[in-house]
Amino acid sequence: MVPVDYYIILSAILFTIGAMGVLIRRNPLIIFMSIELMLNAGNLAFVAFSNMYKSFNGQIFVFFVIAVAAAEVAVGLALIVEIFKTKKNINIDEMNSLKG
Amino acid sequence: MTSELIVFLVLSLVAIAAALGMVFSRNAVYSALFLVLNFTTVAVFYLLLGAPFIAMSQITVYAGAIMVLFLFVIMLLGVDSLAPSKSLPWQKPLAFSLAFILVVESVYLLISRAQPNMVVTAPDIAVNSMDNLREMAMTMFNQFLLPFEVTSVLLLVAMVGAIVLTNREKVGRK
Amino acid sequence: MHLSETVTSGFFFLAPWLVFAPLTGLLINLIFGKWFKFSEKMVGTVASLASGAAFVVSVLLAYSVSINHGEMVRWRLAEWIHVGTLQLDWTFRMDSLSTTMMLVVSGVGTLIHIYAIGYMHEDVRFKKEEGRFPRFFIFLNLFIAAMMILVSGDSYMMLFVGWEGVGLCSFLLIGFWYEMDTLARPSWANSNAAKKAFITNRVGDFGFLIAGFLMFWYLGSFQFDQVFEAAKSAPPEIIVAITLFMLVGVAGKSAQIPLYIWLPDAMAGPTPVSALIHAATMVTAGVYLVTRSAEIYTLVPQAQYIVAMVGAGTALFAATIAVGQYDIKKVLAYSTISQLGFMVAAVGMGAYVAGMFHLITHAFFKALLFLSAGSVILGMERGHHHLAHAHHESKPAKGKKSSKETHDDSHHDEIFDPGDMRNMGGLRKTMPVTFWLYIIGTLALAGIFPFAGFWSKDEILLDASLHFTSIYWQLTLAAFLTAFYMGRQIWMVFFGEPRHAAAAHAEESPKVMTVPLMVLAALSILGGALNLPFEGFHNLGHWLGYTLAEVESLPLDLKVAGISTVLALAAILTSWLLYGRNPLKAGQIDPLKRPLGFIFTGMENKWFVDEGYFAIIINPFKKLSQFLADVIDWQFWHDFVHDTVILGTYNWLSEIALDHYADQKGIDAFANWLGTATQSVSATLRKIQNGFVRSYALSVMLGVVLILGYLIFK
Repeated sequence: MVPVDYYIILSAILFTIGAMGVLIRRNPLIIFMSIELMLNAGNLAFVAFSNMYKSFNGQIFVFFVIAVAAAEVAVGLALIVEIFKTKKNINIDEMNSLKG
Repeated sequence: MTSELIVFLVLSLVAIAAALGMVFSRNAVYSALFLVLNFTTVAVFYLLLGAPFIAMSQITVYAGAIMVLFLFVIMLLGVDSLAPSKSLPWQKPLAFSLAFILVVESVYLLISRAQPNMVVTAPDIAVNSMDNLREMAMTMFNQFLLPFEVTSVLLLVAMVGAIVLTNREKVGRK
Repeated sequence: MHLSETVTSGFFFLAPWLVFAPLTGLLINLIFGKWFKFSEKMVGTVASLASGAAFVVSVLLAYSVSINHGEMVRWRLAEWIHVGTLQLDWTFRMDSLSTTMMLVVSGVGTLIHIYAIGYMHEDVRFKKEEGRFPRFFIFLNLFIAAMMILVSGDSYMMLFVGWEGVGLCSFLLIGFWYEMDTLARPSWANSNAAKKAFITNRVGDFGFLIAGFLMFWYLGSFQFDQVFEAAKSAPPEIIVAITLFMLVGVAGKSAQIPLYIWLPDAMAGPTPVSALIHAATMVTAGVYLVTRSAEIYTLVPQAQYIVAMVGAGTALFAATIAVGQYDIKKVLAYSTISQLGFMVAAVGMGAYVAGMFHLITHAFFKALLFLSAGSVILGMERGHHHLAHAHHESKPAKGKKSSKETHDDSHHDEIFDPGDMRNMGGLRKTMPVTFWLYIIGTLALAGIFPFAGFWSKDEILLDASLHFTSIYWQLTLAAFLTAFYMGRQIWMVFFGEPRHAAAAHAEESPKVMTVPLMVLAALSILGGALNLPFEGFHNLGHWLGYTLAEVESLPLDLKVAGISTVLALAAILTSWLLYGRNPLKAGQIDPLKRPLGFIFTGMENKWFVDEGYFAIIINPFKKLSQFLADVIDWQFWHDFVHDTVILGTYNWLSEIALDHYADQKGIDAFANWLGTATQSVSATLRKIQNGFVRSYALSVMLGVVLILGYLIFK
């Protein structure tokens, strides 16, 4: 019997680590992975609640999130490849042409 | 302390360690491998929570397909690590402190709002039977049929988009 | 009610083409003339064909009326105004009277169109404005259309539409050379003449409109037959008022005392205009109006008498002025006024057939005279031009013989008036065709047997001798003067020696001008046959009898005819004695001046009527306007009320109250503060926008943390 809080706290910690990864890394691939980590943390919470409420809806949501994540990764990685082809570099700090 | 709790704590530690390893590895390949470890751990959590279908999806799609895609790109670009940068010196300390505050805040929120009897139940054998899967399929294809179809379109669009993005020059040359 | 429902045979359905044929010509010239660069011949041909088409339609309509035994036929084209009891339609009225007018207007009009092709061709070149050629024919077509509306209208209002339309065309054509005077010097004289005609006609139209209002108020309609019917039971003083107000309109349009003053000035327009509008057609509209309203006029003999007196007075008065004029067209203009006086007197006496008869013959011979005068003027212009040209060519060759040259120079540099009879003389040798045509026109106008004018004028005189003796003597005297001034004109223009080098070199006009003149001359000779005073030959009287209630068919009275013929011959003899026996020398004063003294001075100066109008009406009016404008409007309203009172108050209010306190210290300061604040804030904030995605993510994170913190401490 694990309290559902534990899962949620774990989810929060994983989410925060992902967010931190987005903040501190300059490699867009790693940033992407961090985002995947954050999505996973959310998924974990969904499944935990699904279990708690004895409903499949949470799991189905997770299923959709996985599908969307797959789509996102496909497009995101294509973008990164394209950016690399253009700039020969993927340092995210150098993608600052929107500087005010 | 039950055995479930012990399993949970151990797996939690592995998951957190893998996540931290992913974030702090200097080498992108290591990061990816750490993430695979993290995803696998989360898949075990799913099994513990009585969601075997999601667990399998997690392993095949996330740990399998997506992470292989990541590794492909990392190796294709050959940018394992970046040179250290001097820009934004305050970024790291600020990020750490914000992350810390966020964790403290969310944990506090969860604990303060926690209600009794909110526990997850261990999976029994029935959970892994075909009935469970059938029931889930019924829900998905009845109640969530439209989102399911929209998701399929989304995947198609993503595929087309990825091809168009990476194939832009060839198209232009024609 | 509508006879067109019962009478269907004939060509009445063509009636709208009376108006639309000239309008089509107008539109073709107006729209396509420029696109396809119509040549002058093309423009003239289109316009003449359009007018000719109207003539053909008129002939067919007249034929249709005659086969229907003179029954009046209406052809309703469109609904115009239907308000309350006012029911006005655009209806064509075809009876013997209106078709007669249509024939005259379109027939003479077409001949003048053809003549104008030749005339305007040279006129625009002498005036050095060749681009204005098509405009003339557009206006001319417009005039024919408007005149057709006038004569074919079935109600006083439709007639008024045409009335105003021809007034407009008259204005446009008098002012055709609006930026010069009659001698082509830059001036506003011609446009002033146009304005004078227009404004004087406004006075007449005012009378016409009042008559119309009275008519609608008391008789309840504008439609001719309904008005005539209602007039029979209306109180006579109303009818007198209507007829006399209508007479004001007639005096304006047909140039009768006291509104005739515009017609002599209208000679500023090109000569075809003088012939068509100011002699043959438009000015006879007043006579037509009285004839059309015959049924009203016969109800009130007092009004008829006034009309007759006005006509007779005008006839005599204008004839005296014509004697003292030197401009060839001015003489004819006063002659026209005088002849219009004959017609008005005739219709005033109830001799409608005589009036209409004279209208028709006058249209023939006066158009002939005017157009011949135009030919003479152009001949003089040609001679003048020829001289100037020859002179310019010869100048370099004969450089040394400068004494004679300078003498000639003085001739050419002075302002040359081709219309002044004192410059002419001896033209019978240089312009023989024009000379003979002019003789025919003169004999017709003077009333010499057997020319057209003899028959028509005699009929009027005969009527007058039977009814009003005073009018008879006035008209007889006017007829004497007519023969005299026409004889004077002939001797001065065509006989003697040239008084100017240009006259010696005058050239005959081309065929395009002389052939229409020959047609008119034939009509002037034979026109009398329309209504010979013998039993069985009262064709016109019979024809108009379909329309007019009472028609007198008088037999020839040898006494009246004899007196007028003898007087006319005597007048011509007198003119020969004065001007023919001893032809005028260049610079010589008029031989009439010595015996007549101040009377001739009065004739020369048109009896100072224009000056009188200036003294009595125009100058006081100007002074009043000046006073109103200067003192009341400018000094009182503008300077005092506006500038001092209103503007001062407003300035005080805006400067002290609004500008200083509300605007500068309130709104302005706030707006400035807003601007500076936005600037400084944005200057600070833009530093945040550093382009690093990571720091943007940090902001998002910070936001999440803050929101969570808010949730915790809520």
